[in-house]
Amino acid sequence: MANTGWDGFEIGAMLRSFDGAVDDIAGTAQEDRKYSPNNSFTASVADWRLEKPIFNKDFCIDCQFCWIYCPDISIISRDKKMLGIDMDHCKGCGICAEVCPTNPKSLIMYPEFADEETEIAQWPSKSEEK
Amino acid sequence: MVFDKMELREVEVWDGNFAAAQALRQAQVDVVSAYPITPSTPIVEGYAKFKADNYVEGEFVMVESEHAAMSGCIGAAAAGGRVATATSSQGLALMSETLYQASGMRLPIVLNMVNRALAAPLNVNGDHSDMYMVRDSGWIQFDAFNPQEVYDLNLIAFRVSEDHSVRTPAIVNQDGFMTSHTAQGVRPLTDDEAYGFVGAYKPMNDMLDFEHPVTHGVQTEEDWHFEHKARQHNDMMTYVVPKIEETFEAFEKLTGRKYNRVEKYDMEDADVAVVCMGTSVETAREVAKEMREKGIKAGVVGIRVLRPFPFAEISETLKGVKAVAALDRSAPGGAAGMLFNEIAGSLINADTKVILSGYIYGLGGRDLTKAHLVDLFNELQANADAGKILTKQQQFIGVRGPKLAYL
Repeated sequence: MANTGWDGFEIGAMLRSFDGAVDDIAGTAQEDRKYSPNNSFTASVADWRLEKPIFNKDFCIDCQFCWIYCPDISIISRDKKMLGIDMDHCKGCGICAEVCPTNPKSLIMYPEFADEETEIAQWPSKSEEK
Repeated sequence: MVFDKMELREVEVWDGNFAAAQALRQAQVDVVSAYPITPSTPIVEGYAKFKADNYVEGEFVMVESEHAAMSGCIGAAAAGGRVATATSSQGLALMSETLYQASGMRLPIVLNMVNRALAAPLNVNGDHSDMYMVRDSGWIQFDAFNPQEVYDLNLIAFRVSEDHSVRTPAIVNQDGFMTSHTAQGVRPLTDDEAYGFVGAYKPMNDMLDFEHPVTHGVQTEEDWHFEHKARQHNDMMTYVVPKIEETFEAFEKLTGRKYNRVEKYDMEDADVAVVCMGTSVETAREVAKEMREKGIKAGVVGIRVLRPFPFAEISETLKGVKAVAALDRSAPGGAAGMLFNEIAGSLINADTKVILSGYIYGLGGRDLTKAHLVDLFNELQANADAGKILTKQQQFIGVRGPKLAYL
């Protein structure tokens, strides 16, 4: 790191999310936003995770529950269609799987080392309502 | 929404709390987030009443604790509003964590601190324990000696604190009850003059600027924390001091009332002097005048700005004096008093033979009487005549039981 001292930051414990001004950021997809290097979007916290959610789109009804409840904005949804999970920012809390209302669930937590294709191939079948 | 202006008389009879509330109204504070505590309660109550009566356009946020009160102020300041609150004593103690957040985040907030003792034993009366507790929290600290100064320093505090080269929160201290609840003549500005002096709030890095989203309150570890704190100190020393001077000058131009970071009374030819804060300054001034009639060249120094500490000015003011007393109104807890230490530090490398002694007084609202100060000036004169300190370096004034002396 260059030795610029405190000229390297603005006063106050604050960081800018984007380089330059932004317009309609809510209508801009994450991959199209000009994130600043200080924004955590470019930082991976995947190694914080012990369990991961696996998404099976065959049962998903695009209810958006997971998108609303995810505390880390790690559910990728476009035009109310669930696309998958941002595995760089998901910390494996399991809330998405907990709130998923389908039967069988479309999101299930597995150990971090589980293989996605294998697990989807042996996805649980519909369980009887109790 | 529009608000009503208030017609004020040339001289109003206000106590320190109401003077502060009026200043908050005239500065058109956007957000007051507050939790009441004696003796500061009437300040935020006053603002709330002005708001209810449509004399101010702002928000009063009722919270569940002083910690939350300052947290609310921090959020509102980061969002880009003019923000103020008030507290005392235990409230300040609970708030203290967030004071460091506010200064580190460089958010301009004006905190009216109505000085009161800290428990235990529980006590609602005035001493400077709370002021001393957060002296290193990175806030600017002004000290008012009477209600007029509470009013003036509030207006000054907003203008200094919000300046973009400063962006540092400010505390305006006043003595609990002795200033806060003692009605005196106060000469206010008109609403337009006062608001004109403070100026419209100019936001900086505000969260409500949706074109430039920011994250406030980030984390830095050993990599950058030191630079942030160093810069905070640097700006206090480099930018805050001249801004205070400049604002004092502008205020004098507007009102004729002159403030100095170090207030000097009868100091031109003083042989002996006391240095103190709050209402004690006014008592000491009166006694100094009387001592002069008895042939003792007595003077008084009042600390107007405790932070940034007026190191060079104190040294300059005191180095020609023969004997000086530092009066600390806070339990020292196993050390010399804060003022004693700060003054000693400012004199140690100066070319001076001044004799410095420290006195602890007035804890929990115990009166500092004129008789105490007569004895004190006589003791200083004896030191000056002897050319050395004849007592221990730390003594207590006005406490029951045997005479206490240490160090």
